[in-house]
Amino acid sequence: MPGVVFFAFFAVAPMVLAVYLSFTTWNGLGDPKPVGLANWQKLLHDDRLTQSLTVTVLLTVTSWAFQTVVSLLLGVWAAGRQRNRAILSAIFFVPFLLSSTAIALLFYALLDPNFGVIHQDTLGSTSGAFLAIVFVGGWQFIPFHTLIYQGGARQIPEVLYQAAAIDGAGRYRQFFSITLPQLRNTATTSSVLMIVGSLTYFETVLILTQGGPGTDTAILPYLMYEAGFKSYDFGYASAIATFLVVAATALSLVLVRLTGFGAMRSTREGM
Amino acid sequence: MEEQRPRRRRHWSRRPNPLAGLGSLLWLAVVIVPIYAMISASLTRQDKALGNNALKPPTDPTFANYNTVLHNGFGHFLANTALVAAAVVGIVLVLCVPLAYVAVRTRTIWSSAAFRLFLLGVAIPAQAVVVPLYLMIAKLNLYDSLLAVILPTAAFAMPVSVLILTGTLRDISEDLYEAMALDGASATRMLFQLVIPLAKGGISTVVIYTALQAWNGFLFPLIFTQSDGPRVLTLGLFNYVSQFGVNIPALLASVVLSGIPIFAVYLVARRALVGGLMGVGGK
Repeated sequence: MPGVVFFAFFAVAPMVLAVYLSFTTWNGLGDPKPVGLANWQKLLHDDRLTQSLTVTVLLTVTSWAFQTVVSLLLGVWAAGRQRNRAILSAIFFVPFLLSSTAIALLFYALLDPNFGVIHQDTLGSTSGAFLAIVFVGGWQFIPFHTLIYQGGARQIPEVLYQAAAIDGAGRYRQFFSITLPQLRNTATTSSVLMIVGSLTYFETVLILTQGGPGTDTAILPYLMYEAGFKSYDFGYASAIATFLVVAATALSLVLVRLTGFGAMRSTREGM
Repeated sequence: MEEQRPRRRRHWSRRPNPLAGLGSLLWLAVVIVPIYAMISASLTRQDKALGNNALKPPTDPTFANYNTVLHNGFGHFLANTALVAAAVVGIVLVLCVPLAYVAVRTRTIWSSAAFRLFLLGVAIPAQAVVVPLYLMIAKLNLYDSLLAVILPTAAFAMPVSVLILTGTLRDISEDLYEAMALDGASATRMLFQLVIPLAKGGISTVVIYTALQAWNGFLFPLIFTQSDGPRVLTLGLFNYVSQFGVNIPALLASVVLSGIPIFAVYLVARRALVGGLMGVGGK
């Protein structure tokens, strides 16, 4: 199958190559030279990596919480078939159409203290910069996850609500006793996509904060980019990249296991 | 998509829900205000923009900022991006439709291994492979060319495309395959006469999803290209930051311009995109 070969060459082989490069030193010119475990030892003792890992985890968790709450509520709301909901949903989707680059530039401009809406140096403070990244990420990706939850909510069998209504359960009771438990699988899928996705907030960080103030928002991909394409230490960059792959692969195995994608199920099964 | 199913009415859908209504209006503001501020500022003269309240509509709107952007290579970047998007969509369709077909129709160890490979591929972050890809692209003499952007972008759009397509293909009824098999149709004929016509919905979702990925991609162009020649739109926007400096209205005009083509496609093909992506979550 040419498709498998093509994908293996441009996506799988580079992953293997990244592992190899993490045991070499290479400044971009000539050929990589093996250096054994040097990069990995450096990785273990790098204070910037510890800080970066902390920020990455913090950013991932905060983004996940923010995006899940909003997407879940909006998605369940949008699953209703009223006309006003359909129109608003169409508008809510618009941010997802812009590129990460465009969105980061938009908020970079709006947050500029000399120009923008907020006349203070939001991006100059650690917490301000952090929250800006969380907000901008949410602004961009909540439309997508809303859609996933909307799809999930529409697949909940109507009879469950009818039965609950006969039992006298009100709207909020129905939400907590039927909607939430029924959306469990949807939430798993969405959450893992969010978590893997927030490992890749690279553009947002590069444009909005450049890892700053100082190195306070330098998440792992940004650290990798700096090590490789700013300091030309490609061996070390590969060690960081390998670390990222391991984290992402572990997460995707969880994804396959928990959602049953691997069981080759139709999304319409059981309807 | 929705029209094909029987229209279901939820018994609670008729009662208004004030709390939800309020929440949705709040989110509407979150979505609209930045977009409004962007459009409004892009129409403001540069000398008036500084220190101005971006939420006020411009007093004398001007298209000067758009002119600035259009005279700084925007058209060239746009053409490059369109070329990249078209090439990526083409490659993905040619490779993924047969792949999904094989994954659904055959139950060999190899086909399910390939399918699992793509499932894992969903989670390979592009950042994780840019260094080795950079090495490979340099060795292939592709550095600073559009192909250096097209090939990896296509590869990274494949996993989700395969997922969407296998989802669609599984919904084609077994009876149809059997009927065609009884008529003596070959696998290739089934692909063209049965699978592709019936998978139109999934295919159009893949086209839009892939085009969006290619259109909005930033990392690969950033790392694999350098000169003006193969510069795509996202990278062009990024370069405007240093080029325009404090001319923020021009920067925002470039952001508006970059969004217009995608927005136009969204207006035309919303159903295909939204319907297809909704299925990604499964149940």
